[in-house]
Amino acid sequence: MIDKEQIQHIAGLAKIKLTASDIKKYQKQLGKILDYVSNLQKVKVQGIEPYQDLIGPKNVFREDNALIPDTEVSSRLLEEAPEKHGRFIKTKNPLQ
Amino acid sequence: MELNSLTIKQANQGLKKGEFSSQELVKSCFKAIEDKDSKINAFITVLERQSIEQAKEVDAKKSFKKNILAGIPIAIKDNILVKNTLCTAGSKILEKYQATYDATVIKKLKQVGAILIGKTNMDEFAMGSSSETSYFGPVKNPHNLDYVPGGSSGGSAAAVAAQMCLGSLGSDTGGSVRQPASFCGVVGFKPTYGLVSRYGLIATASSFDQIGPLARTVEGAKIILDTIKGYDSLDSTSIKKASSSHQLNIKNLKGVKIGVPKEYFQKGLNPKIKSIIKRKIDEMAKQGAIIEGVSLPHTEYALAVYYIIMPAEISTNLARYDGIKYGLSNFKKSKYLLDVYLSSRSQGLGEEVKRRIMLGAYSLSEGHKEDYYLRAQKVRHLIKQDFTKVFESGLDCLITPTTPTPAFLLGDKIDNPLAMYLSDIGTASVNLAGLPAISLPVGRVQDLPVGLQIIGDYLQDDKILQIAEMI
Repeated sequence: MIDKEQIQHIAGLAKIKLTASDIKKYQKQLGKILDYVSNLQKVKVQGIEPYQDLIGPKNVFREDNALIPDTEVSSRLLEEAPEKHGRFIKTKNPLQ
Repeated sequence: MELNSLTIKQANQGLKKGEFSSQELVKSCFKAIEDKDSKINAFITVLERQSIEQAKEVDAKKSFKKNILAGIPIAIKDNILVKNTLCTAGSKILEKYQATYDATVIKKLKQVGAILIGKTNMDEFAMGSSSETSYFGPVKNPHNLDYVPGGSSGGSAAAVAAQMCLGSLGSDTGGSVRQPASFCGVVGFKPTYGLVSRYGLIATASSFDQIGPLARTVEGAKIILDTIKGYDSLDSTSIKKASSSHQLNIKNLKGVKIGVPKEYFQKGLNPKIKSIIKRKIDEMAKQGAIIEGVSLPHTEYALAVYYIIMPAEISTNLARYDGIKYGLSNFKKSKYLLDVYLSSRSQGLGEEVKRRIMLGAYSLSEGHKEDYYLRAQKVRHLIKQDFTKVFESGLDCLITPTTPTPAFLLGDKIDNPLAMYLSDIGTASVNLAGLPAISLPVGRVQDLPVGLQIIGDYLQDDKILQIAEMI
């Protein structure tokens, strides 16, 4: 149903590192789950639109006003960041 | 009678009459936590000192004269943000995360003087049906400690059942309020999608998630719901119109039209649960309710739809846990940016969470999107249409068992994800269609409680609460 290469590929997409035994375990478990959900292939869906909730597909906008930033909240949010430079959150070089 | 075993209404009356203080009420709950929680493990964080301070304030102001929830001890699921308090979502990756603001529901509870006594244990990021996937250890069922309390809001349900609080908040993505309510013998309510603000709720699957109350009585659940519901500009899926226009305003069940969907009474349903639910339906008929057999033909596909769309939403929602902004981070140990992501996520996220993220990544990936994600959204539409059709025929509500079995043994399904997923079979359809539903205790199989589910049409939350009060 799903092979080891596929597990490695989706783990890569999901940014999750797997050990060899993880790969084996997930291959078996995901295979079973995908097998179960494949019963949807039996349903006739021709002409059926995908679900939308009752509010429908619309954007919700707020008034175009400048909000006064809550510096307490932003300071507290920054405190949670593992690496900072002044009031910036530090990251590694994404191009490396 | 112990104060911690009172209902919300009884406690409010006692406070108003001066029979006891809010401080005494709060202390009785902490006594219960001290006595029982080392075994049950319903709480991740207990807020004793600040709760007693808040209770003192309520006692001084006598605010319980105005607000029924003032001075009442309420427990909060640990995926709902309470400012300056740990909020872990049951995950190692958020083990040390302090919430920087109050969720809208918390603001509302604080405004009326409710006492937030602690944060309850849960399946990691609300992914699970047994509260066993928590990084902080499993929750036990207060009725029998060998059994699971259900999940993912297992801590919130167990805390109410074990009389460690008078009510609690949970969140329901595919049954996470109703299923543990059923397993623990308490009332659990899942509101119409959009009735209660999700602002400050740690996201699991955003098109399903709703915060809902748990309590010992339907009345208690309604009191909490009435406080937390309402439009919120900070949640773009919040509904503007209120639901009160759909009240029945009747005193008994005479003429109330109840649909019984046959798909919920088929093989796999425990025969004892079946007979308890049938007996309840017979009692309602004797009180004048009109009972109709109905069919929701796409029910058999509901779980497959749910276990495609929900992981897809999870895989995008949980991309935010990257070791850069907050939470567990291996920044210092990593050389490259990708290493920060890979190592922080691999170390911080649990097995079930990883499983669902990967499942979602698969069903959204090139070559599989059409067959899985898009097809599931189409079948979701068919499931919604099934409900629309039966409600258009004039039904006031549907009645089903909340779960096909009572609580199962700890460890029974934890190594078999598919078997665990199947425990949402009675509840997930409701989330797929965005409808309101309630689970209420109606009997027992041996020492384990059995729940009956009432499903309402869109925004008919008050109607099903009224019907539930008459059962």
